[in-house]
Amino acid sequence: MSRIHVNTTINGDATDYLCEAEDTLLDVLRDQLDMTGSKEGCASGDCGACTVRLDGRLVCSCLVLGAEAEGRTVETIEGMADGETLHPLQKNFIDKAALQCGICTPGILVAAKDLLERNPDPTEEEVRYWLAGNLCRCTGYDKIIRTVLETAAEMRGAA
Amino acid sequence: MAKDEFTPRTFKVVGTRPPRPDGLDKVTGRARYGADMSAPGMLIGLCLRSPHAHARIKSIDTSAAEAMKGVKAVVTRADFTTTPEDQGTRDILDNVMAGEKALYDGHTVAAVAATSRSVARAALKAIKVEYEVLPHVVDVDEAMKPDAPVLHEGRQQESVPKGYSQNVLARSQYGHGDIEAGFKKADIIVERSFTTAATHQGYIEPHACLATMGNDGQGDLWCCTQGHYMVRNTCSAILGMDAGRLKVTASEIGGGFGGKTTVFLEPVALMLSKKAGKPVKMTMSRDEVLRASGPTASTSIDIKIGMTKEGKITAAQGEFRYQSGAFYAMNGALGAMCGFAPYDLENLQSVGWEVVTNRPKAAAYRAPGAPMAAFAVESVMDELAKELDMDPIELRLKNAAEEGTKSAYGPTYPAIGLKATLEAAKAHPHWSAPLGKNQGRGLACGFWFNFGGDTCVSLMINPDGTVSLSEGNPDIGGSRAAMTMMAAEELGIPYEHVRTVIADTATLGQNEVTDGSRVTFAVGLATIKAARHAIEIMKTRAAATWGIEPDAVEWVDGAAQPAGPNAGKFPPMTLKEIAAIASNTGGPIAGHHEVNAEGAGVSFGTHIADTEVDPETGAVKVVRYTVFQDAGKAVHPDYVEGQLQGGAVQGIGWALNEEYIYGKDGTLQNAGYLDYRIPVASDLPMIEPVILEIPNPGHPYGVRGVGETGIVPPLATLANAVSRAAGVRMTSLPMSPPKLLAAIKAS
Repeated sequence: MSRIHVNTTINGDATDYLCEAEDTLLDVLRDQLDMTGSKEGCASGDCGACTVRLDGRLVCSCLVLGAEAEGRTVETIEGMADGETLHPLQKNFIDKAALQCGICTPGILVAAKDLLERNPDPTEEEVRYWLAGNLCRCTGYDKIIRTVLETAAEMRGAA
Repeated sequence: MAKDEFTPRTFKVVGTRPPRPDGLDKVTGRARYGADMSAPGMLIGLCLRSPHAHARIKSIDTSAAEAMKGVKAVVTRADFTTTPEDQGTRDILDNVMAGEKALYDGHTVAAVAATSRSVARAALKAIKVEYEVLPHVVDVDEAMKPDAPVLHEGRQQESVPKGYSQNVLARSQYGHGDIEAGFKKADIIVERSFTTAATHQGYIEPHACLATMGNDGQGDLWCCTQGHYMVRNTCSAILGMDAGRLKVTASEIGGGFGGKTTVFLEPVALMLSKKAGKPVKMTMSRDEVLRASGPTASTSIDIKIGMTKEGKITAAQGEFRYQSGAFYAMNGALGAMCGFAPYDLENLQSVGWEVVTNRPKAAAYRAPGAPMAAFAVESVMDELAKELDMDPIELRLKNAAEEGTKSAYGPTYPAIGLKATLEAAKAHPHWSAPLGKNQGRGLACGFWFNFGGDTCVSLMINPDGTVSLSEGNPDIGGSRAAMTMMAAEELGIPYEHVRTVIADTATLGQNEVTDGSRVTFAVGLATIKAARHAIEIMKTRAAATWGIEPDAVEWVDGAAQPAGPNAGKFPPMTLKEIAAIASNTGGPIAGHHEVNAEGAGVSFGTHIADTEVDPETGAVKVVRYTVFQDAGKAVHPDYVEGQLQGGAVQGIGWALNEEYIYGKDGTLQNAGYLDYRIPVASDLPMIEPVILEIPNPGHPYGVRGVGETGIVPPLATLANAVSRAAGVRMTSLPMSPPKLLAAIKAS
């Protein structure tokens, strides 16, 4: 089976890989690049555990083919912290117990970061609808929503 | 008083909210879950699953698959030549690899291991299975009828009366007093029938494992599970190998809720690896998770309660018919035990039925059996409150169980927190807040037993005065933090000086599965006792250094000191100082504790919900929700709150949306998150948790488990709220918009 050579940028690094035509971006990240922070919960775009940013737009990486990343930029959970400095959302998710099992956490963090970059002062309702594509079965969302709102306030310097 | 019983004390670490030790890994994507591990030379394993609800397997031809390039092993039931000794394990084998019959849509009939996923997928297509399709049954009431299609011959227990299908495997009865006499004393009797749909635990992480089995008879297994010792014991029994030759390591676990207290892929992956001579990784798709793992029982329940006009229950009766899927499970019995547990009853008869159907075997789901029973009982309680024009809390307080009450399932309660949760609900502003148009308020109580069980803990004092704690229970929601806190509390050292790890099966003794809300209670108890063991050794070392008797040394604030003026005058020796000289005072210092923990205090909760019903569409919006639950002592309150909130929301999903939908052919119609819809963030309000602390007499710090009770009251709480908002009593879950709209129109 012939494989496709893809040149792309992942978390700021020039990256290339060979993938089969049927491989999703999520398959490539997890199985070829060993970036297992993005999770497969459904492979149908319903759970959001594989959320990454592709050219600045949130996508479910299970719904993007690996070949489609050619010439584009991909941002994953592995690129969210700056060296040993966590993004404020990451720090607050730990400090405010916004995770239990943690399997949905990478997708939620990537999605929440994207929200705060677009809208630094979201309402509770806006956060709830923005994250409606990210399933969490442990927390009931309460501490996640609160933490995103409190982090937004902190990042605006209002806290 | 024995040392492990509750003693009031002032806590320094317990009750605070430090960051969890696994937090950094989980916010950076570094944490390794079931599917995140790989091995050199690893193959990919996939299962072939029955497309039929009930079928005899006439033949399986694997030759074409085996001949394919890249296919390294194919297994069917014929490869599993060991017959496990006990019936429960034989059922698990039959569930993970079908024998003579496929018993449900999604039942595994064969599996392959190949060099890539695409080759493995092609190999599945090349396996030829000849089925003889049999009549099927998926409904519990239908399955009980004498002419229903039968799944298993000869498995019915003697407790089942004549006249029922062989699908009815067991009947169990609980209660006391004389219900006929009790109902005669009643001024009012309400009798209702209820149904609930099967739901799935819905953990976001599908089942996954990586198995390595060599021809030297030794195996290694990495998997996401609630209990790696259970995995080791079950897999070794199924494979006919010694348990000690199989080492199981638990990955981080992406949710379980009871659904990961058994095995699915693991024995199959080990068999594939054995045949192929290479490591085999298997992960389920979401479709497989829904079709072949998990779900809870669907139920059909009758409840009859009689009361005086003052609101005192004179008699109660319940029939709890639970379908457990294709194999025996004790669910109806648990429903029959739990449904009436909140009440002090003179006359009670509560009967549980276990019925098999052509569905995946029911697995535990957070307080298994209890939520549906509470839905039925608490709905009738609400109807009685309405009939008598009484406040639902007052009505429950009149009948609430307390210390000394003989419980519905037999034992007499020690100190319990039910009344405290009701009083807290009564005093909370939510209970008296005004309601808007089309809104209704519901309240319900719930009970769960809680559990202790086999537990081993090892606690090492390191040379630099830090502490390493090993426990054997996968951390499913912050338990490493709780263990770290209890160790630090008991030793009198900072939280940051202790690191807790989950040991593999070769490193620590047998541990019961992470179930029964047992971990913070039982592993916590063992942690405290392991710390006390280490303290005894450290006191001995200090005593030897000082040349006094060990009895003359006490442990205060992380240091040994002479006990009283007669013991001698020595400055305290801190843990760090004792650790530093350990090599010269007798060698390394470690504490450990092994126990079958008893004394898990039972748990009660009370929930309040406000719902708004759209009379035009039947859609329900939850506008406010408050949970009151007794935690005994909340070790890490953030994670206790998280359990209460998460349980409530799973219950909201169960009440309003979630449902296994079967077609006429007995196949599951909604095996994906799009159609099996769990609550999303925009469906919900904030969930306010109110933690009560009525100490458990059976734990040194008073801890009770909190993980399960939170899912028991919501079904009834929502049903009561929706029924009051819509003006029609809802007796069937889920209360999906079409169902509710039809009920409103019919009323």
